[in-house]
Formats: sequence, C-alpha cells, structure tokens
Amino acid sequence: MIGEAIPANGAKPHITVRDLTMAFGSFVLMRDLNFTVNHGDVFIIMGGSGSGKSTLLRHLIGLIEPARGDVFYGDENFTKAEPAQRQELLRRMGVLFQTGGLWSSMTLAENIGMLLEEYTQLNPTEIREVAALKLALVGLKGFEDYYPSQISGGMQKRAGLARAMALDPEVLFFDEPSAGLDPISSRLLDELILELRDSLGATVVVVTHELASIFTIGNNSVFLDPETKTVTASGHPKELLAHCPDPKVRAFLRRETVSESLQNPG
Amino acid sequence: MSNDYGFSFVQTQEGTLVIRLVGSWRLRAGIPSFADLQGKVASTGMLKRIGFDTRDLTGWDSSILAFVSKVSELCRQRKIPMDREGLPVGVRKLLELAEAVPERKGARREVEKTSLLERIGTKAIGATDSLTEMLAFLGEMTITFVRLLGMKARYRTSDLVLLIQQCGAQALPIVTLISFLVGVILAFVGAVQLKQFGAQIYVADLVGIAMMREMGAMMTGIIMAGRTGAAFAAQLGTMKVTQEVDALTTAGFSPLEFLVLPRVVALILMMPLLCLYSDFVGVLGGAAIGVGMLDLSWTTYFHETANAITLTDIFGGVFKSSVYGVLIALSGCLRGLQSGNSSSAVGDAATSAVVTGIVAIVVACGTFAVVFYVLGI
Repeated sequence: MIGEAIPANGAKPHITVRDLTMAFGSFVLMRDLNFTVNHGDVFIIMGGSGSGKSTLLRHLIGLIEPARGDVFYGDENFTKAEPAQRQELLRRMGVLFQTGGLWSSMTLAENIGMLLEEYTQLNPTEIREVAALKLALVGLKGFEDYYPSQISGGMQKRAGLARAMALDPEVLFFDEPSAGLDPISSRLLDELILELRDSLGATVVVVTHELASIFTIGNNSVFLDPETKTVTASGHPKELLAHCPDPKVRAFLRRETVSESLQNPG
Repeated sequence: MSNDYGFSFVQTQEGTLVIRLVGSWRLRAGIPSFADLQGKVASTGMLKRIGFDTRDLTGWDSSILAFVSKVSELCRQRKIPMDREGLPVGVRKLLELAEAVPERKGARREVEKTSLLERIGTKAIGATDSLTEMLAFLGEMTITFVRLLGMKARYRTSDLVLLIQQCGAQALPIVTLISFLVGVILAFVGAVQLKQFGAQIYVADLVGIAMMREMGAMMTGIIMAGRTGAAFAAQLGTMKVTQEVDALTTAGFSPLEFLVLPRVVALILMMPLLCLYSDFVGVLGGAAIGVGMLDLSWTTYFHETANAITLTDIFGGVFKSSVYGVLIALSGCLRGLQSGNSSSAVGDAATSAVVTGIVAIVVACGTFAVVFYVLGI
C-alpha cells in the first residue's frame, strides 16, 4: 500500500508516479517526477517538442526502465514487479503507438485476434467476430482482411486503437494520437477517445501537444519543462490556461511566445 | 539582369564606414569576398559605426543576408554599432528573425581533438558494452530455446512456414549456381596438377571430399548470410522503427520468441537440406569438368566419388551447416534488434548482420577444423 491519501472528491488514484528520474546514460532528461492519474481521468502529458513526453509514456508502459523512482498501478509497484506480475499488469493496458505499431505481417483481424487468442478462451470463430466488432467500433467495418500497408495513415491509427482496446483495458495510452491526421480525423479520434472512456470506464493517458485536443478531452494534465527538467504545472488544462502562474505554460496553452504571455498575464 | 554586383565602402568624416551594396545579389552568382572589408575594419582602429547604402541595389536574396550577418557578427566582435537603417526592410526583418532566438548554450557541438589514448579507451568501453549486449542476447535466446523444447514458446506457425519457404526453397537457384561453380573451380584447380601425373581420376575424390566436408556448408553459409541474414536484420530493424517490436512487448509477447525464434528454427531446419543439395550440385560441377575435359566417363566419375567420400564426411558437413544457420540467424536478428530508429540505421544493421554472420561462420569453420582433427574425424 502506498501512503497516498485519497483525495476529498472521492477520486481514486490509478497511476502514481513517484520520484521518477528518466535518463539516457549520464544525460538526465527529467528529474523526480511526481504525479497521480485518477480512475476515469483523461490525463494529458504535454510539453514542447523534445521535452520527453513520449519517453515518459514509454516509462509508464515499461519499455524503458527508470533511472530512479517507481510507477504504481493502483497499489502495485509496476517498476519493481516480478515478470509474471508485470505481464499481468500489462495485460490490463492498451497502447496506441505514434505510428500505429500494427504488425505488418498480419491482417487487421489477425492483429486483434492474436491478443484474444493469447489471453482469452474464445474459439477462432468468436475471435473473428470480436475482432470485427472492435474494428467496427473505430469505423473500420469490412476491413478485417486488409494488411496495415493497404490502408491510409488515419485508418492505421484507428486500427491501432482497435487493437489497443482488444482486451478491454483499464488504462489506454495514446502517443501523439493526432500526429499526421487531418483536423477532422483528429477531432473524430478525440470524440472516440471520450466515448471509449465513458463506455469502457477506462483511464486514458494521452501524450500530445495538440491544443484543440488538450482542451477538448483533457481533465487533468502535467506540463514537462525540459529546462528545469521537471513538471512545472499540473491540473485541469482549462484552469491552467486561466490561472497558471508559469508564463511558459500559459504561452504554450495560448500558442503565444513567452514574452507575449508575460505582457498579458491571467 | 546585370551580373554587376558587389560592394564598396567609403569612410565618412564622422568615422562612419558606409558599405555600398550595388547590383543584383543572387546566391547562384556567389557571395562577394568579405576579406577586403575585414581588413579595412581591422586597419581602421577608430570606426564609430557601420552603415549601409543600398540606393543602387537592384535585387537581393539570402546571399545579401549571409553577407550582412557576417558584417553584423564582425561589428559585435569589435563592438562597433551597426546602423541597419540603410538596408531594405525585408533584409532587416529577416535579420531580426535570425537573431531573435539566441544560440542555445551547449547546442553547438565542439569538435574536440581527442587523444589517441582517449579514443582507444572509448572504443574499448564500447566493445565491452556490445559484448555484454551480445552475451545477454545469447543468454535470453538460450532460455527461449528451453521454452521451445518445453512447448511453451509462443510464435505463429504461419510465420515459421513462410520463413521456411523464404530461406529454403527460394534460396535454391542461387545455391545451385554458386555450388556448381565451386565444383567447377575445385575440379579445375585439381585437374591442372593431377594431369601431370596422369592421375585425373582423383579429381573426383578431391571435389567430392572438399564439397562434403567444407565447401558445401561454407558456401551455403556465406550465401545465406548475405541473403537471409541481411533480410532478417532489415525486417527486424524496420519493425523497430515502426514500433511493432514495442507493440509486441507491451502486448506481453517476447520479441525473441515471436520474431527471433522462428527465424533461427527455419534456418536450423533448412541449412542442412541446402547443404546436402549444394554438395550434390558441387559434385555435378566437378563431373562436368571431369567428363568434358579429362575424358572420364560419368560412371567412372561417380563411382570414384562414391568410393572416396564417407558418411562421416557428409554428416560432418551437414552438422556444420546447421551451426552456421544458427550463427546467421542470431547475428541477423541481433543486429536488427539493435538497430537505431532511422532508415540509415536499418541499412547499417543489414550490413553489420552480413559482416557478423560471415565472421562467425569463418571462425566456426576454423574451430571445427581443429576439433575434427583432434577427434580424428
């Protein structure tokens, strides 16, 4: 059990990051990160290009080991977990990678089916049906037998999302979901994310610098500042826009330069 | 369009150096030499300011910008104020834009001169790291193999079948060509010498034994290292770039089981078959020379070959080829998984896979030669 008090509004912490230091060799990217993601949050990890947003996400899903610190899911320490326990935790997560990350040697149905085959007791017909359903949820009905290279980038993103939610995960991670999408597709993806959160009851963690997305879907956030190597602001993006004392965060959220932001505070 | 462009400078009474820019400045035509001006500024100790006169400037592009920013840099060094009023508005704006963001501290890479000792040290540390990485990979692969034997490894059978096709049947044409030629070459080398003693018939022994014991396995190994090892590295490298490997890891599938294992198994299974085939085609190549040039009959040639070689020779070669298969697959996959995240990195991975594969094969071949000799095989 970790000694974090449950906040007054009844929200339960789902992901807790404790003193996380990210480093490549001797180069420290971020130092002593501390933040909590509550159940049902749409949590935004924001920051400028090269601030380590995607790297932070890779730490959260165990693709990179932290130089120091821990990541907790509920009460379980993910970072220090035994391999079996870690697999168990991973099974409850879904990840949409920046490039989609679909397995190129498999059709869309096989991409989703592989997870179902591995982790459920479904028979091949049922697997096929569930895979088709997941694809239908993201608007790709009838594309079961296409290979990832045969569909457009936006469709690959959506297929990636269908695969990420194959096992009805408790946490969904999105790495730059709107990168490479046109404004309408990215808006539709945002709506999809919100709908999934509401219907699956999942916690959503999104890495993005897309302002429109941040304000539409986010209800909690952290801002990574590469200069101080730490989180300089956290909270609801709209509140940060209105009240954040840090000019860099305000400038980011208003799409201004820092000097402009200093001239019109609050 | 006039090609007459350039600058001149005059010093006014008040100590202002006015640079007169004339003509049409174009990048295509080059940037006028800066040395004169530098010399002038250096020789005149008491310049109060530097200004520009662009009344006769008829056109400009980035060339003038490059020139003016050099002047600006010179002014900053010598602490002479620069008067930008004379410049066209566009040039002034671009200049401001270029100077708006100050150079980030530490952004510039210093080309440091490193001593020989330091470079040797860095290389040595790098070598240790890559050795550790290789050992870790081998260790994990061993565990994966144990899982395979316990029927616990997870991979797609359809992947394995496809790989078997790719590195088995599809490699036959090239193996045929090379093996036949190797047989021919061996026969030629032997024939020239043996003919002197009237012992042409022993060409069959020579080609047969050489193909079975060494050349069949070796040539198949080298062909497969170039063909399949490189392909493995490129496939896995690309999968890393497109985050497919990450997706496997987070989905709880071990990339080693899922990607590396079927590749190793496919080569272990196919290399012995390819090697046997190569042995046979090599003997055919030798026979072609024997029959065509040394006036031996097909029957005599094959009878002599059959007498010369033993089952031990054949199995020795086949066993070696299996080992080469493991080495090729492992080096291809290791380099692929170590690949960086760019297209050129994938290319490097493929190159390095071939080099590693061939080096490993040759080293293994030498080791086998010694071991077989000691064991008396």
